Amino acid sequence: MNSSQKNRLKDNAFKYFGIGCTLFGLLMLAIFLGNILIEGIGRIDWGFITSFPSRNPGKAGILPALIGTLWIMGLTAIIAIPLGISAGIYLEEYGKKNRLANILEINISNLAGVPSIIYGLLGLEIFGRIMGMGGSLLAGASTLSLLILPIIIVSTREALKAVPTSIKEASFAMGASKWQTVWYQLLPASFGGIVTGVILALSRAIGETAPLIVIGALAYVPFVPSSPADEFSVLPIQIFNWIGRPQKGFAINAASAIIILLLVTFILNGFAMFLRNRWQRKVKW
Amino acid sequence: MRTKEKIIEAGLALAAIITVFTTIGIIWVLLSQGIDFFSEVSIIDFLTDTQWTPLFADKHFGILPLVAGTFLTTFIAIAVALPVGLTIAVYLNEYAPRNIRSLVKPLLEILAAVPTVVYGFFALSVITPFLQSLLPGMAGFNALSAGIVMGIMIIPLITSLSEDALYAVPKSLREASYGMGSTRLQTAFKVMVPAASSGIIVSVILGISRAVGETMIVAIAAGQQPRLTINPMVPIETITTYIVQVSTGDVAHGSLEYKTIFAAGLALFVFTFILNNISYWIKKKFQEKYE
Repeated sequence: MNSSQKNRLKDNAFKYFGIGCTLFGLLMLAIFLGNILIEGIGRIDWGFITSFPSRNPGKAGILPALIGTLWIMGLTAIIAIPLGISAGIYLEEYGKKNRLANILEINISNLAGVPSIIYGLLGLEIFGRIMGMGGSLLAGASTLSLLILPIIIVSTREALKAVPTSIKEASFAMGASKWQTVWYQLLPASFGGIVTGVILALSRAIGETAPLIVIGALAYVPFVPSSPADEFSVLPIQIFNWIGRPQKGFAINAASAIIILLLVTFILNGFAMFLRNRWQRKVKW
Repeated sequence: MRTKEKIIEAGLALAAIITVFTTIGIIWVLLSQGIDFFSEVSIIDFLTDTQWTPLFADKHFGILPLVAGTFLTTFIAIAVALPVGLTIAVYLNEYAPRNIRSLVKPLLEILAAVPTVVYGFFALSVITPFLQSLLPGMAGFNALSAGIVMGIMIIPLITSLSEDALYAVPKSLREASYGMGSTRLQTAFKVMVPAASSGIIVSVILGISRAVGETMIVAIAAGQQPRLTINPMVPIETITTYIVQVSTGDVAHGSLEYKTIFAAGLALFVFTFILNNISYWIKKKFQEKYE
């Protein structure tokens, strides 16, 4: 065999190795989803969704955790969306090139890499203790808002950056002020990208477990939270709690709750992908 | 009109400055509690003692076992994620037809969207029993299972960042390599990967940083026994797991046990801060090279 044939052989070998690695990733995903579906799907019924946690795995349900997750999602959205988009607009359109903007940029990229559990420690001290919120929904949502702020800011900036300068210049040429340009031209033009980023950030927030455990969210909540000052649990914490118990029944419950959590996550992600594709196709500059 | 514009700008700036307060808040919380902690425990003991037993009667405060546990699981995760993730990136960029690429990428993105508590369940209920059938004598909680699953979680991160880096290499380089009669494999590993090396290194550093800070997988599958070991078959404890362990228990505010989670958090923050800044610095240099 000459060296050219050898090289071609190696080339083909790597091709199949590449296919193998790709299949490994996809296979893991399949085993993963398949296993959870097989274990958990049989346990899901109306009773499971509308029951309170219980010591008896057959009677336990996810109602408080599910409502807690919805509360957290709503409150986090209310806090994080306006802050994140405003900060993104400032960094991309106003504060360019000055020292402050430079510091802000390095800072945000650093924050994006801080482990989520550290945000939990921040929330525990600042929101929980100093501001007196304890382990309430508001403390949890505030903590998660800080956690997802970098994601919203970065995606807002990317979306604004994608709007061609000609649109901005045309608006200024018509005598529009800076804010009028942002409000009437840039935001509508970048809406799709911003919404996509926001949805992805929220889907990250509802899957977070560690920071909420640290701020003191409860594993056992025998009531449905009814105001932001109430204590709460969320689906991931309920799942974590069930995984930690020795009885088989609770492992099945965990799998069922995971199906519900994944369903919510995938719907949000699917919606974000849909918006992104539609937006990319619709907008042709 | 002018005033309205000024007010709006100030409001937007305020939102941006919240991110600075977040950083200041994190550092202040960790340092103030940490300093409290180090007034009771000597920093030398913290860094050199080989036992971590703050919740026992005989208290030792050596962070080393937690650091060892963290690095062990991280090492296993990167050993899985780097070869697989980089190979997928090279395959998708150099070999795969367009339609396969546009099919595989969103599927891998699903892996990245799965909450980590779900990965923990996967490690405990699928990977650990599988490994136990291969390696008898393996404990129910161990670093290997948690590390492998963490690696699977990090694959999409490494693949997507490395692929971006490979994609950014000017087409002329690849064409020149083909023009010289190279195969795709030679082009990939002798031209493209070296040219994209800084981006690939960034992806690995971010992967390490992610693994060091990962909490739920190790809290569920790796155990809660701080142990200074490199044996991947026995239960260990990571820094993050310890924080979760204390948070789920009943520890009074202001007690020494309470302060330990901030000291542990401080150590964790220092590690990830260094890693993130190295990657930021490499990324900045890399951008200058191609633009």
